[in-house]
Amino acid sequence: MNPIDLLIATLQLRLGEYLVSVYGSENWVFVVRDVLTVLTISTFCLLIVIFLIWLERKVIARMQDRLGPNRVGGRYGLLQTVADVLKLLTKESLTPAGADKWAYNLAPLLIVMTALLMWAVIPFGPGAMGADLNIGVFYILAVSSVSVVCLLLAGWGSNNKYALLGAFRSVAQLVSYEVPMVLSLLIPIILAGSMATEAIIGAQYIPFLFVIPLSAVIFFISALAETGRTPFDLLEAESEIVAGFHVEYGGMKFGMFFLAEFIGTLLMSALFVTIYWGGYTLPLVNLVLGVFGLPPIDLASLAWGRTLSLPIFFGKVFVIYFVFIWIRATLPRVRIDQMLNLNWKFLVPLSLVLILVVAIVDKALPANTNVWAYSGIMLLANILIAVGAIELLRRRGRQERAAAEAAHDDELADISAEALPAAHH
Amino acid sequence: MTNEVLQNWQFIFIFVALSPIFPAAPVILNRLLGPQKPNAIKQQTYECGIETVGDTWIQFKVQYYIYALIFVVFDIEAVFLFPIAAAWGLLGLFAVFEVALFIIILAVGLYYAWNRGALEWF
Amino acid sequence: MTSQQVIFIILAVITLASGLVVVTNRNLFHAALAMMLSFFGVAGFYVLLEAPFLAASQLLVYIGAISILIIFAIMMTRRLMSTDESPFNSQWIAALFGTLLIGGLIIFVIVSVFSPFGDIIIANSAPPSLAVQESTVLLGRSFVDPDQYVIPFEIASVLLLGALVGSIAIARPEKES
Repeated sequence: MNPIDLLIATLQLRLGEYLVSVYGSENWVFVVRDVLTVLTISTFCLLIVIFLIWLERKVIARMQDRLGPNRVGGRYGLLQTVADVLKLLTKESLTPAGADKWAYNLAPLLIVMTALLMWAVIPFGPGAMGADLNIGVFYILAVSSVSVVCLLLAGWGSNNKYALLGAFRSVAQLVSYEVPMVLSLLIPIILAGSMATEAIIGAQYIPFLFVIPLSAVIFFISALAETGRTPFDLLEAESEIVAGFHVEYGGMKFGMFFLAEFIGTLLMSALFVTIYWGGYTLPLVNLVLGVFGLPPIDLASLAWGRTLSLPIFFGKVFVIYFVFIWIRATLPRVRIDQMLNLNWKFLVPLSLVLILVVAIVDKALPANTNVWAYSGIMLLANILIAVGAIELLRRRGRQERAAAEAAHDDELADISAEALPAAHH
Repeated sequence: MTNEVLQNWQFIFIFVALSPIFPAAPVILNRLLGPQKPNAIKQQTYECGIETVGDTWIQFKVQYYIYALIFVVFDIEAVFLFPIAAAWGLLGLFAVFEVALFIIILAVGLYYAWNRGALEWF
Repeated sequence: MTSQQVIFIILAVITLASGLVVVTNRNLFHAALAMMLSFFGVAGFYVLLEAPFLAASQLLVYIGAISILIIFAIMMTRRLMSTDESPFNSQWIAALFGTLLIGGLIIFVIVSVFSPFGDIIIANSAPPSLAVQESTVLLGRSFVDPDQYVIPFEIASVLLLGALVGSIAIARPEKES
């Protein structure tokens, strides 16, 4: 083992391959590699959240014409979150009276565990991922469904009515939006012919965002709801149920819920990039290069390909993450009935129709169809469904508005009919 | 483990085994660094300063349960559809009719729930 | 001992111990949690059996959906949390009988497949020689293959429809107008 080779292999994100080349394909080598990968991914997730919180506060502040954090750590308040973490660490950790101690203490651990475990199948570069499971996307869905249990644990364990009410609301929201999310993810799987995340990236000659945009939009809306972000932040509607399921938590235990929310949001951005935007590859750049007759950029064949793909991947992830923040700064919170109606009466039927149409179009086109023709027809089908759905919504909205106005007019007529005779006598 | 599939899953097992460390470490550190002076008033249930009345673990409205029920049905539907979606390129035209029938039968269920008012929040 | 055996033993201990907690614990909520842990152990077994899709389905359906439903049901039941009843009732003899029957069946199947005389009892129980990477795709193909499971697949959707309609009819007996 040569320290310089070791350093180079680490910087190339090829430490596992290096260890295997030095010590052979022994199982303990794989275990060491896996442990190192777990430590790297998890530590990265914990540390990036410090930056994400700062970013979110700063961006929202600028959008709302404020300054945001600007005292701790220089002009830009870069160390504000570090100070917040230190504050959380030195808080007294309380357990409320009458709490179910098991559930109360287990919930913050479990929610961070599930948020971390989802990162196992996200490819950061060609071959640079925890485990290339052949059920990749389905694995993420399965793990994320476990996080619902954590909310129930927290709400139940706190012995607080608002916490329990918040937990019930959150569970209703999360399980509802899991349906359109799962259904919309079926569509890229149909196109790619695989559930493995690397295979889905490999199938994106044209990014799926431009082939099946409707699926991407449905996924994005459900991702907003699944992470409990505005406009779906009913989980912690401060004005109604104090703070939702984690009202009784303080100190670092509260910090863990916060942490899980941010890791989850970043994960959803990463998943969106992986499935709809070509992950660490540059499909659009490759298409432009192809127009000029140049060979495409093949990161997998470069020695430093994995390192080079990191800025590409995270550049895209932060663009999507910025959209998450942007929406938070723009939209107000919806009501619980609106939230559930949007899901069950709009997104679920829409995604069912979309699956049917995509499945039929895919089979109707001959197998040797040109990729451009195929993508164009898919895109057209998506746009047609989207226009149809929006037109239906508009008609429905117009009808409801007319009904409400008619009812209002009747009311006014009633009032004047009652009021006028009274005035005469 | 020699098999390649299990090799990948060995990583998941290791991840599951190690992942509690990352949330547990800050919580334990918090325990060590923070003061420990509990008292009865501090540990009261937090309801904006008003003393809590009655039992917390009360009955909840049935609407939550209905949404969970509908969710279970559609979740299982999706589980059936995932392997078919992954194999879609290898399937014949006949599969289109079968999958369409499968989805339409469940869409009927959604229509029934909608019509029956089970999707209304009340 | 291979790492596979180590993982198997850990999973077996988790599954059995949490299963025991499910039936002996008086706190229904804790029993439900233990049941989830037990489901999780079973998902681990599926992984060891090289059926990862089934393992993820176990997580998604049993932990993410069925358990939530069970907890909701517990919360809607009146005063079940303050019960002092013993978890053992008068039907334990029948339960014991049923358990022994199922245990015997499982032992019969295991012995018939893996014993040297196994081929006498069950013919054609050749070990599956499917390419494991393709197992999910094979599952998908067999769902819609007219020669295999297309009828059960369509019946499953009717079953789900029945469950949905039935549960809504019970939970919301009157249509509000």
